[in-house]
Parts: sequence; structure tokens; C-alpha cells
Amino acid sequence: MSPRPFILRKISDPPVISGFKPYGGYNRGENEIIFLHLEEYEALRLCDYKMLNHHQASLMMAVSRPTLTRIYSRARKKIAEAIVMGKQIIIEGGKVYFDSEWYSCNNCGCYFNNPDKMNDISECPLCRKKDYSKFNNIIFESEYSSEKKESNKEELHENSHHQYR
Amino acid sequence: MRIAITSTGNTLDSKIDQRFGRCAYFVVYDLETKGIEFIPNPNVDALEGAGPASVQIVAARDVKKIISGEFGIKVKSLLDSLKMQMIVIKEPEKTINEIINMLNN
Repeated sequence: MSPRPFILRKISDPPVISGFKPYGGYNRGENEIIFLHLEEYEALRLCDYKMLNHHQASLMMAVSRPTLTRIYSRARKKIAEAIVMGKQIIIEGGKVYFDSEWYSCNNCGCYFNNPDKMNDISECPLCRKKDYSKFNNIIFESEYSSEKKESNKEELHENSHHQYR
Repeated sequence: MRIAITSTGNTLDSKIDQRFGRCAYFVVYDLETKGIEFIPNPNVDALEGAGPASVQIVAARDVKKIISGEFGIKVKSLLDSLKMQMIVIKEPEKTINEIINMLNN
């Protein structure tokens, strides 16, 4: 049996900084690092900063509600550990892609995105017609996710290899 | 509201530039005052980082929407976080005049 396919998490707002460093304290030399994944940062941003509930946040990240809750609890555990143990936080990694919603206009043939995720699009910004449809295409997916996808596939391939041995 | 269009020349008859970061000119159009400003792009021959540098130019002019043929990977995530709308027109023959007329409708 092949494993259940991994669903990439959607990040709508990448972090403005790449991490946090503790200050004060005595054991500065042995600064351990905690890697907060981008998906965990996003879950934290949606749940604790935007104050969305887990169901709304899961829709924004294009994963299921239980998955979002697991990501979120991992994020809280990591941040708590960093604060209590005085560790560095570095925000990176995770199997994600960056995207906002894209639409295509059926009248003038242009493509446009919706930068303001809280409000829905009501018309084509170019020709002001309401004749548009949702657009899904791989070309707008970032390089980051395709790299991650490939590495993910390789991992899966290795795993299946082990099973057959 | 201000809208930026990438252009291959500095007249209204010039065509839309299919690249964002290395386009020849930016046309900043103001919907309220109908004012048009042509900005030459200093990043035309840049080897790297033309996209983010160009975003800085248009963001400094308080632009809310950008019309171009294509947006690169660095630019896309940057514009997403700046909450600017990207509009992609895959028609290289469209002139700036035509686009402005569409916006005025």
C-alpha cells in the first residue's frame, strides 16, 4: 500500500523575519536552535494573530481541520520550549507553497489575484465585468514547493523501497 | 487609486511589456485624476534582483494594482505581502492606450 499523499500547506503571508534570538541569560555559548516550520508559523499567525478558529484557518491553508490543529499544537509546543529553555527560533522549512487566490476573466482574458483575503472579489479589475472564474495552474506555484515536492517524492520512493525488502 | 502598467516605450501607443522586473518603462495611471506618469526602469539590465527593486519603485508611488505580462517568483510573494493586486495580460500586442481605456470603462 502506498502511503497517503502529503498535502502541501498553503502560506498566504510569508514571515517578515527569519527568526528570534534570546538575550540575557548565562549559557549563551550553547545556543540551541528550534526550527519553526513555515506551516507552523502560518497556523500561529491565523489562529493567534488573526484570531480565526481552526476551521477557518484550515480552509486558508488548504488542509483539513484536524491537520491544522496538529500543526498548531506543534507550533505552540516549539515556541513554549524556545521560551522556557532560552533557545533560538528559526523560521524555515516545511512542505508549503506560497499563493493567493487567482482568477481568470472570461471577458478580457486576463488573470488576476485577490491580495485581500478577507474580502471576496466582486468584479474583474480590468474590464469591470462579473464574468470571471477561479483559476488553478501550476505556473503560479512557487519554486519552493516544486523543490519540496520532488524531495517528498524521493522520500516516499525510498520508503516504499524499504517495505519491499 | 493608482495602477502601474509595464510598458515597452514611453508613449501611449507603446505595447505592454511582458516582463515585470526588467520592463523598459512603468506607466503609473491615477484613476481619479486621470494623470499618467512614465517612469524609466533603472533595472532593465540588472543581473539579479530586478523584480524586488522594481517593486520598490512602484510601491513608493502608492500603487495598488500592477498590470504586466508575467510576475517572477520573488515578486509574487513580495506583492502578496504588500497586498498589491497582480493582473496578468497574456497579449503582447495590447497598447497602453487600450488598457487605460479598459480601466476607464
